[in-house]
Amino acid sequence: MDTILLLSLVTLFLPLAGFILLVFFGKRMPRQGDWLGTSLVTAGFLISLYILVAVLGATDAPRSASWTWARFGGLPGLGEVTIQLGIMLDNLSAIMLVVVMLISMLVHFFSIGYLEGDVRYTRYFAYLGFFTFSMIGIVLTHNLLMMYMFWELVGLSSYLLIGHWYEKKSASNAAMKAFIVNRVGDAGMFIGIMIIFIHFSTFSFDAIFGAVASGDLPFESRGWLTAAGILIFCGAVGKSAQFPLHVWLPDAMEGPTPVSALIHAATMVAAGVFLVARMFPLFTADALLVIAYVGAFTALLAATIAITQYDIKKVLAWSTISQLGYMIMALGVGAWAAGFMHLVTHAAFKAGLFLGSGAVIYAMHAALHQQHDHHTDAQDIRNMGGLRSRMPLTYGTFLVFTLAISGIPLTSGFLSKDEILAGTLAFSTLNGHYLLPLIAFIVAGMTAFYMFRLLILTFHGEPADGKRLSLIREVPAVMAGPLLVLAALSVFVFYSFNPLGASSGWLYQALERPASVVPEAIAPAAWPIFYRAVSDVHTLVMILSIVIAVSGIAFAWVVYERKTLSADRMAVFMGRLYDGSRNKWYFDELYQAVFVNGTLLMTRLMNRFDNRVIDGIVNGSAGLIRGVSRVSGWIDHTFIDGLVNAMANVTGAIGMRMRRIQTGNIQNYLVFAVFGFLVLLFLLLLV
Amino acid sequence: MVLPDWLAEPGLNHFLVVGALLFSLGLLAVMTRRNLIMVLMGIELILNAANLNLVAFSRYGALALDGHLFALFVIIIAAAEAAVALAIALAIYNRFGTVDVEQLSDLRE
Amino acid sequence: MDLFAIVFYLFAILIVSTAAIMVFSKNIVYSAFALMFTLAGLAVFYALLFAGFVAVTQLLVYVGGILVLILFGVMLTTRGYFERVRIRTVYMLPSALFAGIIAVLLIAVFVTTDWTLAPLSEGDVTLAALGELLLTDFMLPFQVAGVLLLLAIIGAVLMAARKRGPLEKKGTVPDADKII
Repeated sequence: MDTILLLSLVTLFLPLAGFILLVFFGKRMPRQGDWLGTSLVTAGFLISLYILVAVLGATDAPRSASWTWARFGGLPGLGEVTIQLGIMLDNLSAIMLVVVMLISMLVHFFSIGYLEGDVRYTRYFAYLGFFTFSMIGIVLTHNLLMMYMFWELVGLSSYLLIGHWYEKKSASNAAMKAFIVNRVGDAGMFIGIMIIFIHFSTFSFDAIFGAVASGDLPFESRGWLTAAGILIFCGAVGKSAQFPLHVWLPDAMEGPTPVSALIHAATMVAAGVFLVARMFPLFTADALLVIAYVGAFTALLAATIAITQYDIKKVLAWSTISQLGYMIMALGVGAWAAGFMHLVTHAAFKAGLFLGSGAVIYAMHAALHQQHDHHTDAQDIRNMGGLRSRMPLTYGTFLVFTLAISGIPLTSGFLSKDEILAGTLAFSTLNGHYLLPLIAFIVAGMTAFYMFRLLILTFHGEPADGKRLSLIREVPAVMAGPLLVLAALSVFVFYSFNPLGASSGWLYQALERPASVVPEAIAPAAWPIFYRAVSDVHTLVMILSIVIAVSGIAFAWVVYERKTLSADRMAVFMGRLYDGSRNKWYFDELYQAVFVNGTLLMTRLMNRFDNRVIDGIVNGSAGLIRGVSRVSGWIDHTFIDGLVNAMANVTGAIGMRMRRIQTGNIQNYLVFAVFGFLVLLFLLLLV
Repeated sequence: MVLPDWLAEPGLNHFLVVGALLFSLGLLAVMTRRNLIMVLMGIELILNAANLNLVAFSRYGALALDGHLFALFVIIIAAAEAAVALAIALAIYNRFGTVDVEQLSDLRE
Repeated sequence: MDLFAIVFYLFAILIVSTAAIMVFSKNIVYSAFALMFTLAGLAVFYALLFAGFVAVTQLLVYVGGILVLILFGVMLTTRGYFERVRIRTVYMLPSALFAGIIAVLLIAVFVTTDWTLAPLSEGDVTLAALGELLLTDFMLPFQVAGVLLLLAIIGAVLMAARKRGPLEKKGTVPDADKII
C-alpha cells in the first residue's frame, strides 16, 4: 500500500478520531472542543489536497488496497465466498474527497459562529466529524458492501444532525422522515447489490465490472442487469432526494443551517450522484434512460415548487433537489463529466447559498431577539427585505452564488450547466428524446427566476420592518470567511481558464467517462460518438442557456424589483397551479394518505387479527396449559411436597427428641463420657 | 501380730492403689460438684493421682528418673492450668454472676 | 512392720480420707483445706519414694501456690456467708457408681499386672542427675514449659482483668438468665 493510500486512510480516520474524542471528552475541553474537530478536518482537507495533486499527476492505474474481512468458505449456491474490504483512489474519488473535506472544513468554521452557545455544541461538532468520516468512507470505498455500510452511516449522521434540536417536534419528525424515506431507497439499493453479489460472489467494483465486461451477466440475462442497475439507482433516489423520494429533503431543513449546507446541499445528497457516477459502467442504456427521466422530472418538479416557497431555506432545499435532478439527468444521458462537474461546482455555490442564508437567519435571529419578538419567523423571506445595506458582505457573496446557480458566464455554474444542457441536447439528437433538453432549458430558466426572486426579496426592496432592519448586523468573521472562500470558488477560473467552455479545464480533463462494460447492444452511446454530438450543439446551447438565464433573471427583476407585474395577480391567474406548487404538489399529503395511513390501516387490521386470532390461540393454549399445570400442581402439592414434608417432619421429630440429650452441661457430658469409657474398657477386657 | 507380707511391706501396688483411689475420688468430684472451683480441685486430685503413679513407677518400675521429671512437668502444667482455670472462673463469675456449672449451659440452645 | 510401712499406711489413710472429705464436703472452704492435707500427704509419699525434689516442688507449688490460688478463687467467687457457699451435688448416684467401678477396675488391673521391676536405690536420685536430664533429654519440654508458664500468666491476667463484668459495673448481682 503506497503513501497516498495511507494518507487517504488518515483523512478517513481523522474525523472519526475527532468524533470519538469529542463524544467522550469534548465537554471537558476548552471551548467545548470545537477547535479539535475543526483542526482535524482542516488537517484532513490539506492532506486531501495533496492526495488530489498526487492522483491527478499520476498516470498509472487507480490505486487500491484491500484486505479480507470475512471468509465464509463454501456456501451452498454461492461457492467460495470471501468478503474483501478496501479503498480505492482514482480521479473521481480524489476530487470528491477534496470537495467533501473543503465543504466540511468551511462548515466547521461557520458553525463556530452560527452555533455559539448551543445546548449541544460539543455533540454537534462530534456529529459533524462522524458525518465527514462516513462520507469519506463512501468516497474511498472500492466495493459495494462498504459503500452500503457508509451509506447507512451518512444516513444515521444525517438523522442525528437534522434532529439536533430534537426538542422541536418538527425537527425530530423531520429526522425520522429523512431516515425512513431514505430506507425505502436503501432497500432497493440493497436488493440491487444482492442481485449482483449472488451472481458474482464479490462486492468489488473492479471485479464486477471485469466480470460483466467479459460477458458474464447476472443470471445470464440483460434484463437482470438493467434491473440491478435501476435498483442500485434507488439508493441514489433516496439519498439524492429524487422523485418520488424527494419529500424528506425540504423537511430536513429543520436541522441547523450549516448542516443543511454540508449534508443536504453539498455532500451527502451528492452521494447519490457519486454512486451513479461510480456504478456508471454497469448501467445499461435502459437503466440510464430511466435515470435521466427521473432526474429530469425531479428537476422540473422541484423547480416549480421552489418558485412559490417563502421560507429561505425551503427555496434553497427545492433548488438543491432540482439541481440534483440536473446532475442525475446529466449522468443518465451520458454526460458523465458534466454531471459530476456540476456536483463539484454546485457543492461550492450551494453550500455558499446555505451558509449565506444561515448568515441571514443568524442576523435575523439576533435582531428579533433584541426586539423580544419570538413569533416572527426568522426564515421567512417576507419578513426580510432590504438586508443589502446592513449585510453587504453576505449580500455580495450571495449574489455571486445566485449568479453561479443561474448559469451566468464567468461563474462556475455556467461551465457545468452549459455542459449538462449540451449533453442532454446531444443525447436527444442521438436518441430522439427531445423532452429531456426541453425540461433542462425550462428548469434553467426557472432556476434563474426563483433564485433571483429569493435574492431580491431578501436583500432588495423595502424592509418588512424598518426598526428590525436597523438591528441587523453583519455576521462575525468566522462566518464571513467561509462565505468569501466559497464565493471565490464559484468563479470559473478554478475549474477552467476558458470562461465559456469547461472542456479545456483540468477538472473536465480529469473526469474521463469510464467505459461502459455492458454488452454493446444495450450500452449507452459510446463516448466518441456522444462527444461529437456534444461538440456539434455546444455553441447553440451556450447562447440559448445565456439567453434563458438572463431572461429568467430579467423576469424576476421585473416582477419583484420593479413590481411591474404583480406576483399576487400572477398567482391568482395561475390558480390551481399556484396552489399545487405552493403545497409541493401535495406529495406529503399523498404519502400521508397512501403510505402512512395505509400502514396504519394495515396495522389496525393486523392488530385486529392479533386480538381475535392470535390472542385466541394464545389464550386457548394458555388455558390448556393452566389446566395441565393445575393438575401437576396438585400432584406436586400432595405427593412431592407430602414426601418432602414427611421427611422434614420425621427429621424434626428425631431432632426434637435428640436435642434433650444435649443439655449444655459439661458434667452431664462428662458422666456420659465416663460411661462410654467404661463400656469400652469392658469390651477391651472381655473380648 | 504377724501381718502377711503384702500388707507388711508396702510396695508398688500399694502406692498404685492409693493413686487409683485418689483418681476415682477426683473423678467423682469433677462429675458431681456444681461449683467450678470444686471441679478444679477434683482435676488437681486426678493430676496428683497420676503424679503418685509416675513417681511410684519411677521408684519401683523400669522408669528410672523419667517419672520424676514427668511429675515435675505435670506440676508445672497444673500450676499453669490452675492459674488459667481460675482466671476463667473469675471471668465467668463476672459475666454470669455465678460459678454454678449447672447454670452455665449456654451451649444448650 | 518397719517405719516405712507405718508411715505409708498412716499417710495413705490421711490422703484418702482427706480426699474423701474434699469430695464430699458441703462447704467449699472445708474442701479446700482438705485438699491441702491431701497434697501435703502426697509430698510425704514422694519423699518415701526417693523423690525428694518432687516432694519439695509439690509443697512449694501445690500447697504454697495452687492451693492459695484456689482459696482466693473461692473467696472471690463466693459472696456473703459461708452458708451460701454450700453447694449441691448432681448425678451423685451414677457418678459414684462409675467412680467406684473405675476404682475397682484400676485396682484390679494394678494388682493383677506383673510389673517389670527395676527398683532405684536412694543414691541414684540426685539433683545433679535430675538437672542433667532436664538440660539434655528433656530440654525441649523444659523450654516449652517455661513458655507455657509465661503464656499462662499473661493469659490469666488478661482474662481476669480484661473487662468489667456486670457485677462490678452495677454492684448488684443480676439474674444469670436475664443476662443471657
